[in-house]
Amino acid sequence: MDPLHFTQQMNRRDFLQQSGCALGAVAASMLGASGTSQAATSQVSSPARAKRVIYMFQSGAPTQIELFDYKPNLRDIEMSELPDDVRMGQRLTGMTANQNKFPVVASKFDFAQHGESGTWISELLPHTAGIVDDMSLVRSVHTDAINHDPAITFCQTGSQLAGRPSMGAWVAYGLGTANRDLPTFMVLLSRGTGRAAGQPLYDRLWGSGVLSSRYQGVKLRSGEEPVLYLANPAGCDTNTRRQMLDQIRDLNLQKFEAAHDPEILTRIEQYELAFRMQTTVPDLTDISDEPEHILDLYGPDVRTPGTYARNCLLARRMAERDVRFIQLYHMGWDHHDNLPDHLTKQCSDTDQPSAALVTDLKQRGLLDDTLIIWGGEFGRTVYSQGKVTDTTYGRDHHPRCFSMWLAGGGIRPGQVYGTTDDFSYNVVENPVHINDLNATILHCLGLDHERLSVKYQGLDVRLTGVEEHSPVQGILA
Amino acid sequence: MDFGRDVMPVLAERCFACHGPDAAQRKADLRLDLEAEAKKTVLVPGDAGASELVRRISSSDPDVRMPPPESNQEPLSQDQITSIRSWIEDGAPWANHWSYESIERPSLPSSSTEDWARNPIDHFVLARLDQAGLQPSPEASRETLIRRLSLDLTGLPPTLEMVDAFLADESDATYEKIVDRLLDSADYGEHMASDWLDGARYADTNGYQNDFKRNMWPWRDWVIKAFNANVPFDQFAVEQLAGDLLPNATDEQRIATGFNRNNRANTEGGSIEEEWRVENLVDRVETTGTVFLGLSIGCARCHDHKYDPISQVEFYEFMGFFNSTADKGFYQETRGNAGPSVSLPTYENQLRLAEFDQTIDVVKAEVDALNDARPFAYMAWRGRLRDRRENSLEPEAAFTYALDDPSKVAEPLITTEGLTGPAVQFDGSPEAQLELGQSVALDRAEPFTISVWVRPQGAGAVFSRMDDASANRGIDVLISKDKEISVHLVNAWPDNAIKVISDARLKTGTWSHICVTYDGSSKAEGVHVFVNGSLATLKTEKDALSETIDTKAPLRIGSRSSGEHFKGAITDFRFYAEVLDADAIRALVDTKLQTALTVAASSAANKRIEDLFHLQYEYEVKARGDHLSAVRKERFDYVKESVPTVMVMKELDKPRPTYRLNRGAYDAPDLTRELQPGVPAFLPELPEDAPQNRLGLARWLVSPDNPLTARVAVNRYWQMIFGRGLVKTTEDFGFQGAPPTHPELLDWLATDFVESAWDVKGLLKRIVTSATYRQSSDLNELLLSSDPAGALYASAPRYRMRAEVLRDNALAVSGLLARRIGGPSVKPYQPEGLWEELAGGAGEGPYKVSEGDDLYRRSLYTYRKRTVPPPTLTTFDSPGWDLCRVRRGRTNTPLQALALLNDVTYAEAARSLAERMISEGGSDDDPRIVHGFRLATGRRPTTNELKVLRAGLDGYSETYAAKPDAAAAVIAVGASSPANDIQADHLAAFTALASVILNLDESITRE
Repeated sequence: MDPLHFTQQMNRRDFLQQSGCALGAVAASMLGASGTSQAATSQVSSPARAKRVIYMFQSGAPTQIELFDYKPNLRDIEMSELPDDVRMGQRLTGMTANQNKFPVVASKFDFAQHGESGTWISELLPHTAGIVDDMSLVRSVHTDAINHDPAITFCQTGSQLAGRPSMGAWVAYGLGTANRDLPTFMVLLSRGTGRAAGQPLYDRLWGSGVLSSRYQGVKLRSGEEPVLYLANPAGCDTNTRRQMLDQIRDLNLQKFEAAHDPEILTRIEQYELAFRMQTTVPDLTDISDEPEHILDLYGPDVRTPGTYARNCLLARRMAERDVRFIQLYHMGWDHHDNLPDHLTKQCSDTDQPSAALVTDLKQRGLLDDTLIIWGGEFGRTVYSQGKVTDTTYGRDHHPRCFSMWLAGGGIRPGQVYGTTDDFSYNVVENPVHINDLNATILHCLGLDHERLSVKYQGLDVRLTGVEEHSPVQGILA
Repeated sequence: MDFGRDVMPVLAERCFACHGPDAAQRKADLRLDLEAEAKKTVLVPGDAGASELVRRISSSDPDVRMPPPESNQEPLSQDQITSIRSWIEDGAPWANHWSYESIERPSLPSSSTEDWARNPIDHFVLARLDQAGLQPSPEASRETLIRRLSLDLTGLPPTLEMVDAFLADESDATYEKIVDRLLDSADYGEHMASDWLDGARYADTNGYQNDFKRNMWPWRDWVIKAFNANVPFDQFAVEQLAGDLLPNATDEQRIATGFNRNNRANTEGGSIEEEWRVENLVDRVETTGTVFLGLSIGCARCHDHKYDPISQVEFYEFMGFFNSTADKGFYQETRGNAGPSVSLPTYENQLRLAEFDQTIDVVKAEVDALNDARPFAYMAWRGRLRDRRENSLEPEAAFTYALDDPSKVAEPLITTEGLTGPAVQFDGSPEAQLELGQSVALDRAEPFTISVWVRPQGAGAVFSRMDDASANRGIDVLISKDKEISVHLVNAWPDNAIKVISDARLKTGTWSHICVTYDGSSKAEGVHVFVNGSLATLKTEKDALSETIDTKAPLRIGSRSSGEHFKGAITDFRFYAEVLDADAIRALVDTKLQTALTVAASSAANKRIEDLFHLQYEYEVKARGDHLSAVRKERFDYVKESVPTVMVMKELDKPRPTYRLNRGAYDAPDLTRELQPGVPAFLPELPEDAPQNRLGLARWLVSPDNPLTARVAVNRYWQMIFGRGLVKTTEDFGFQGAPPTHPELLDWLATDFVESAWDVKGLLKRIVTSATYRQSSDLNELLLSSDPAGALYASAPRYRMRAEVLRDNALAVSGLLARRIGGPSVKPYQPEGLWEELAGGAGEGPYKVSEGDDLYRRSLYTYRKRTVPPPTLTTFDSPGWDLCRVRRGRTNTPLQALALLNDVTYAEAARSLAERMISEGGSDDDPRIVHGFRLATGRRPTTNELKVLRAGLDGYSETYAAKPDAAAAVIAVGASSPANDIQADHLAAFTALASVILNLDESITRE
């Protein structure tokens, strides 16, 4: 199915199928329920274990060595040169390619085993340690890209280059929406305290690429206007707005009588949806109905709009309202220097709220059909970038192995998957390529990653690219 | 059965993946894309039953059935199988893919209602309608037609004067005249450029990581100019692809090549040059292939194309045309343009640059003269000094202390040899100091000059009257370790003081003259330091003196009250209660030296004088040289900041070798075989005498033999007007693309286009004067069921305006639109914080909204930041300009409703339209409403519509009469001021009504 053609045809065809029905039935645009997913029903392959996704993306690339991939042996060989047979001549970024030494540095932070699974977790993540029995910790993720922009783009779209649909757009396209009053795919951003002027993000990360723009993510903003142009202009109250919309509808209907263009009916319904969103979105973002113990669960930052903690709570509220794909981005993980200090701050931003979200969903029975993913665009090198002192060091980009965790719908709980070598440099067992991971995510939603595709310029565009990739059975429940 | 329409697309889509051009993926050694191969094995022409192909596609046995289950493909539909069967029964007539066949001018078909036809286009459309048993729709109303023409050709609505004139005269001549007028208006070029920019992925930023600004708008302006000048399309193409390679290429032709510098450019630290150079090349191949050839060449980057006959090697041969340009893949110039570029100084720039150049010439001549004279300078100077007369005007010093009387010198001070007599040697110890009581009076309002000769060995105070114990109250002249001279004038250090440092450095062990002047202004700029008679450049470290510097501390030579004990020799201290000018100071130096020369008896004394001269001379050379560098730097900065440039293509002197890249990876070239630039074999060959470079490629693209370029171009213009192409997949004319709905019409237009010397305006005029174009866009049950996609043109298309037109239309209707062509991109309203949310402290910083007219310029001038594209445009389906796009989607979403109702752009437009309704529409409400409605839709409202509008206005009037605060808020929207001669509640009510009008489906729709 050609997506652009599909877009142009959609409303007119809906109208034909439903002519004679009430106006509302024609509303099959980005918010509408059933109409959008016609193209995708044949792409549903396996029973869906998850109805929705919350992707907690940690932008800038968190270090696996200090957080998840426990390498006690590194302390014994601290400051020794990374052996050539480990590095194997693999490419480095331009930032460390000219270093003449590659001294190994061990984690400055201790690890301990947690839960019935006995999973090793860093002391920086005490709350995450409390949910290890709910998650599959994958220590063997690897990716193709070595710089931020292409790597984040790759994680989210399956291509290092701009122009492909993002994962949320694919899911919106494949499954349609599950609610009538909110967008299908919503995005929340927060800035880390660890490295305030960190790596930027890009609209394309939640763009729809070659799919119709109706599938693109709607970014929820932390200010007074959570969705662009949501608030009426000054001096226009709800009553006046309602009067205006009634008039617009009356006049559009008169036009429809003359022109018979079903697009006019769709437009009428979009205006009604817009009006409803002016209520449903503030209702979503207004957390005054949350009890104290829930706020406490997410930690003190939850009381500040725009923080990661607040976004985690909003993610739960979106999940309750059946937003299909909920994408969080937390920035500030790019620790080329001063890693111990920056990392501690990033962990204090994210540890408690991330764990709280899992706990909160679980206690509401929502974890079973919500898929949670936590991770960044690549890992970090075992060798230090720049000078090592008693208190500080840095790590460069490392695409060959890094850690992510998944929990909830469709995921096998309480296990560690994949192994890296003694230097956390190469995967030695059960590698998980980003495209395998993305295939797994689609699989949990009941989508076959090879069939969820559109033709564009002669190519079958897919989230997981053209190479062979498959869902990772080892992390599926 | 039509092979091209009914059979080939099915084979291509369902079979080619394994039985097509891609050798690596080919199964069973079977090709279905070539007639001979297919007929050798699985096809028996005339006998479907005996054809293996038919057995395979119709089998229900999963082991036999094609495509096989593991391909994840559904079996072929019954219709498809039937088509293929009957095609084989008919003898399986084969043909090349339609778009790869050369274009022949088709003859006009005949049809039932030929008197409807106005030009050849209509014959083709009618023939197709006949086939479908449909009739064309009646002609649209005059109001609709004039609005349609104006929006289609200029992207702006007609003025009411134009509408009235068009209504008054319904002759065909008038119609044609208005078409000519629209095509000749400058608005036309802007509108056409706006569409062209999508394919050229034009934007104002680099697109990666921090996404800094670049400067490509001069290229955009070139496009506008080219369209307005109706540059023939072949020339338009050649100049954009290879203008730099044309003989005696002009700046304009080089600017045109910005087309292929519009790609994104990576500036992320740590990136690998070759990786991104290859990505840029791939982007250029894909863009060129899509825009001009309608081919998805990029698919063959990693492997042979799966559908179209383009091998991987051919992809890299095509890439070879672009492989030898001088631009880089990854550049460190994160801000602004990276070369090669063309500089485009404005008139003002040129004046300023001429000034710079003149100053540089003068200073450079001075430096050269100094350097040239160096070998003879000392002797010349000596000669001049000898001949110099005594300066009778030498000023009277208020206080002098010669330091040349050995009897006054006590241990540890000792007497040493000065230039003209004895001097005092200080050893840097605390004991070595000379106190001279209250001999000079100093305060901040009193001008003075201090003159002294020194021969430094270390640091310390040459002179002071300063009380270190009371916050350094007083004054001193210090020589630093680096032999820089600093001067302090202090009330209380560090908050109430002046401190300046000279850049001139004294030379250890050599006599120098220091002179400090102060004009009593209490300002740092009132302090000057002369070294050996030359004014030194001063750096101001403190400039905050506002109270007295008077102190009881005595005048000291060689130290302060505690510390700063000087090491070196000092002589001839003088104090003047006035500011000596530069000549007088020079005279002090010269007189001394003149004396020195006359008294110099020993060769050592001569040497001292010569050293001093050279020190001074070098200082002079350096000072002039520094000045020259400073002016040059200033010029450089000015050029960088203020002179626009545009990035262009430039060929390297020595071409880079081109190789196939294994799996498309930059670091996996197949070095066994060097490739030459070339075009795919299924298309006509590059002429033998053509240069094997971009120019050769460009000329090949627009040669009459090329089957694709003209078809692709006319299809894109058809799409601009009708909302969809005759080939719906504007970007893909290959096997996977949609077949043309009117193949003969497409070919007729293409041949006509080429024969008319690629006349774009002529083509558009042909289209918009057709009867097909002039139909009504009203639909009915029959049309909806028999031509749901509108692909047969039984009616005119009706579609929501594209993003740019939508906003420009609202600005024009409301009278806000600022009409100025070209120039740097502008920043209209955008919700606050959008850039910061994504980029934080990185990148360009916050979005700074433009001021004045720049808020209301046409949308093609809106600043395009790739990573955060402007929401006024993207909400309405504009692409993000990361990649070449030649077709936009057209969605209908609640976010669009929110934008049109609430964005300040449209809220302000509503108020402005309300003002027009009131001021231009007459004195009663009804004519005012009619006026606003006409401005927005081009027509008068019906009685019923007017009734609804009238009732609305009454409601809003009541609301705002009761709520003056709300009324004031409504009309205060936006940066422009509301009309002050209209009562606020009245204007607010009309504003609400104007907003309703602007939000009507009809107001945002091209009918």
